Amino acid sequence: MLDLLYLLWTFFKIGLFTFGGGYAMIPLITEEVVKNNWMQTEQLIDFIAIAESTPGPFAINIATFVGFSQEGILGSLFATLGVVLPSFIIIVIIAKLFHKFATNKYVVGFLKGVKPVVVGVIFSVAVAFILKNVFNFTIAKFEGFIFKWETLLIFIVIFTMTQLKKKMHPVYIVLVSGILGLLIYGLII
Amino acid sequence: MLITLFWTFFKIGLFTFGGGYAMIPFIHNYAVEKYKWITDEEFLDIIAIAESTPGPIAINSATYIGNKIKGIKGSFFATLGVVIPSVIVILFIAMFFMQFKENIYVEYAFRGIRVGVSILILNAAIRMYKKLNKNWLSFLLLLVGFFFILFELVPVIYVIIIGGVVGISYQLIITRGDNNA
Repeated sequence: MLDLLYLLWTFFKIGLFTFGGGYAMIPLITEEVVKNNWMQTEQLIDFIAIAESTPGPFAINIATFVGFSQEGILGSLFATLGVVLPSFIIIVIIAKLFHKFATNKYVVGFLKGVKPVVVGVIFSVAVAFILKNVFNFTIAKFEGFIFKWETLLIFIVIFTMTQLKKKMHPVYIVLVSGILGLLIYGLII
Repeated sequence: MLITLFWTFFKIGLFTFGGGYAMIPFIHNYAVEKYKWITDEEFLDIIAIAESTPGPIAINSATYIGNKIKGIKGSFFATLGVVIPSVIVILFIAMFFMQFKENIYVEYAFRGIRVGVSILILNAAIRMYKKLNKNWLSFLLLLVGFFFILFELVPVIYVIIIGGVVGISYQLIITRGDNNA
């Protein structure tokens, strides 16, 4: 029971500090998953890929996934409840009390400061993930660099692809990078 | 009415891929055009509120629209509706995935997919950067968020709080003496 409540509390915090949509949640989740030793970063990234390729809000998908991996079905329910509750409570209060919430000067100021920080944080996670998954390099500890042409090739192909066609759906990117992985590791090497 | 709310948000949850922003046109379609629960103007207010409050946009807008129509019960049923399809689909996939993750070909595919996902996150950051109001303060805060988290100097929550405090102080300074702000 304590483990379930801990899951609920952890995802409550994550939900409370996620500003700006699903991607803004990735840094918070990565941090908690690593801190609590729930799984390797690689496994979390696999979950992110699946959460991107399945219907529904990304935040719910990833909470359900991480909760299930720790405590089975009950874990998935507690994690999901945790990530939903802050939104639910805050919105119900706002709907009752503030009609001009989005133009309140404290809210405007808060978001003015939080938005650029969140963008910076997402950039840092992107850079850390790229270094880890392309070169096995852990930037925060400065260790593990291996030059791997296989993953570098996948990186160049997928990045070029997403720059040529900007509005490509995440599912295609997951599919194409998966097929590239299969081809390179399964057939060539 | 509660069942219609639940069912509508269930469909919205089931048929949108790619997160909260993909849901906005669906929500507009049902809540404004089909059922006329809210007006166009209220819809835009809801999006503004959903973006200014923490948590997934999908949950925020479901809670708000539900509340508008049937109070807290409405919030509950709309939110439950948008969450349940995700939970069911992910539970099936999670059980399936746990069985296949040891398979060597699945591992090969995921070596590629991990690179793909890293690029998705990078592109999301670039998109959000383009939408940002750019001035010296936002650049400074962006760099603080980037370096502090890249080198894991402080927890993510701390830099978000720092950003909020700096933003509020800045706003109070620039609107000093202006009672309409």
